[in-house]
Amino acid sequence: MKWKFIEERIFRVLMHCSLWIVFGFLISIIYTIFQRGCKILTWKMITTLPGGGFYIGGEGGFLNAIVGSLYIVGASTLLGLFISIPIVFYLNIYLSSNSKFGYVIRLAYDILFGIPSIVYGAFAFSIMIFFGLRASLLGGIIVITLLIIPIFVRSMDEVAKTIPHEILDTSYSLGATKWETVGVMMRQIAPGIATATLLSIGRAIGDAAGVMFTAGFSDRIPESLSQPTATLPLSVFFQLSSPFPEVQNRAYGAAVVLTVIVLILSISGRFITKHFSKNKI
Amino acid sequence: MTNWRFLKDKIARRGMIALAFTSLLLVIGMGGGLFAKSYPILQEHSLSNLLFSSSWHPMRGEFGFFPFIMGTIWVTLLAILLAFPISLLVAVFLTGFSQKRIWKLVYPILDILASLPSVIYGVWGTLLIVPWISKFFGPMFVEYTSGYTVLAGGIVLAVMILPVLISLLTELFKTVPEELRDVSFSLGATNWQTAKYVILRKTKAGIFAIVALAISRALGETIAVLMVCGNLPETPHSIFNACYPLSALIANNYGEMLSVPLYESALMLAAFLLFMIVLLFNLSSQLVLRYIKINE
Repeated sequence: MKWKFIEERIFRVLMHCSLWIVFGFLISIIYTIFQRGCKILTWKMITTLPGGGFYIGGEGGFLNAIVGSLYIVGASTLLGLFISIPIVFYLNIYLSSNSKFGYVIRLAYDILFGIPSIVYGAFAFSIMIFFGLRASLLGGIIVITLLIIPIFVRSMDEVAKTIPHEILDTSYSLGATKWETVGVMMRQIAPGIATATLLSIGRAIGDAAGVMFTAGFSDRIPESLSQPTATLPLSVFFQLSSPFPEVQNRAYGAAVVLTVIVLILSISGRFITKHFSKNKI
Repeated sequence: MTNWRFLKDKIARRGMIALAFTSLLLVIGMGGGLFAKSYPILQEHSLSNLLFSSSWHPMRGEFGFFPFIMGTIWVTLLAILLAFPISLLVAVFLTGFSQKRIWKLVYPILDILASLPSVIYGVWGTLLIVPWISKFFGPMFVEYTSGYTVLAGGIVLAVMILPVLISLLTELFKTVPEELRDVSFSLGATNWQTAKYVILRKTKAGIFAIVALAISRALGETIAVLMVCGNLPETPHSIFNACYPLSALIANNYGEMLSVPLYESALMLAAFLLFMIVLLFNLSSQLVLRYIKINE
């Protein structure tokens, strides 16, 4: 047999192996998390606040972290939507597709997307110190909003770019201004907005480095914007660094909750893109 | 009535420009702000002293970043070395060897891998990878290792950057015109020969750009590496040593630094370094990728 066919075979096998490795990693992660966490997780853990001596193995659950994460994620997703939707409209309706300014703005968002959340966290924290603010719910919301705006803009922009220009031209030819054409585009990118939102929620709920200094940590559910709040990833992280096995076990339980939330988000994101996309790429 | 419509259009345009412009300001402001915060320590110590000294004793006012920089480089390089061959093979497979059907199976997998939070990767690392290194893999090469090592960090980071590497590489390989493949096939080349001599050669610049992008993604990972790297401020000498990447340094010390003079400034310098490196890698690779897209 010629060498080229042997080579072809070898690489085909290697490729199959690589594919299985990737698949294996996913299975291994999910299996490890669930196998360790599921037997520990109880309903009570999800629905109670930390009790006395929580971090040395005392009673209680991590409701504080779940609610704290929901507060931060909910508020920052809403804020992020309100800020990023106009930007996407601006890029795709007001600017022509080969505009220099649009190029620079898109580049800026790609770069903001790549900046690590720890840098966002450090930057926001230093600004908070400058204004005399302490770690609080508000700080966490601001950092996470900054963190997810690039995700919103990038993924909605991807969808908006695929809209046929004829649709917009039709609107203009009927005498509509660009601002009135926004409604037309809104309808077209609605599924894109939904996917982008799920993507951002996924990133927002999983982020730990950004909220570490800005939202702080607390055993109680915050009652105002100026109080510090716990978040789910940090709750996993802090409990795991405890030397007590009971506390560590609870971290595995919290990890299961976090994983389940993220899996649901990811799968429903797929579902929406698959079934509601108007312009199939 | 008509005037009001145009006025509304004008107001909307102004508002949107302002919003879009803020994004630019944020990039510049972040760099400037971090630099301003790290300025005090740059006045006290020379930059080369900070970057190449190994003594890290914040209490005595000695801030040598060398161990942390080396820790970052070791972990990131190892992650790329592990992840790149796998993702290259998968991407070549998906674009030249397999049917569309397989792509539909692989995509959700990458999707989930990309969406898992880094703390989950950290938990997985401490539960599986760290014990595996300390009990099975480590003893084959060294007498003792705790498992919390460069290797553990490298493996966890490699898995974390796999999805982004694979999906970007696949997208890149798709840009090679179908005709080029067909010409190669008609000359009797096998699938792999086509991949090797046509596709990889044609997309060389893009591959470099994507690797740079993946590196910048890996550099900033914090919580996962913090959990598995061991966090000893020493320069690692092998993959079985513990290390302490820059991002982990910032995360670990932020709470306590306010009382020690210059400590905050030192950590801000670490954040500034991270920002600048990531910015540089990101900017150059994005420019290359855009250039490729335009000339497609």
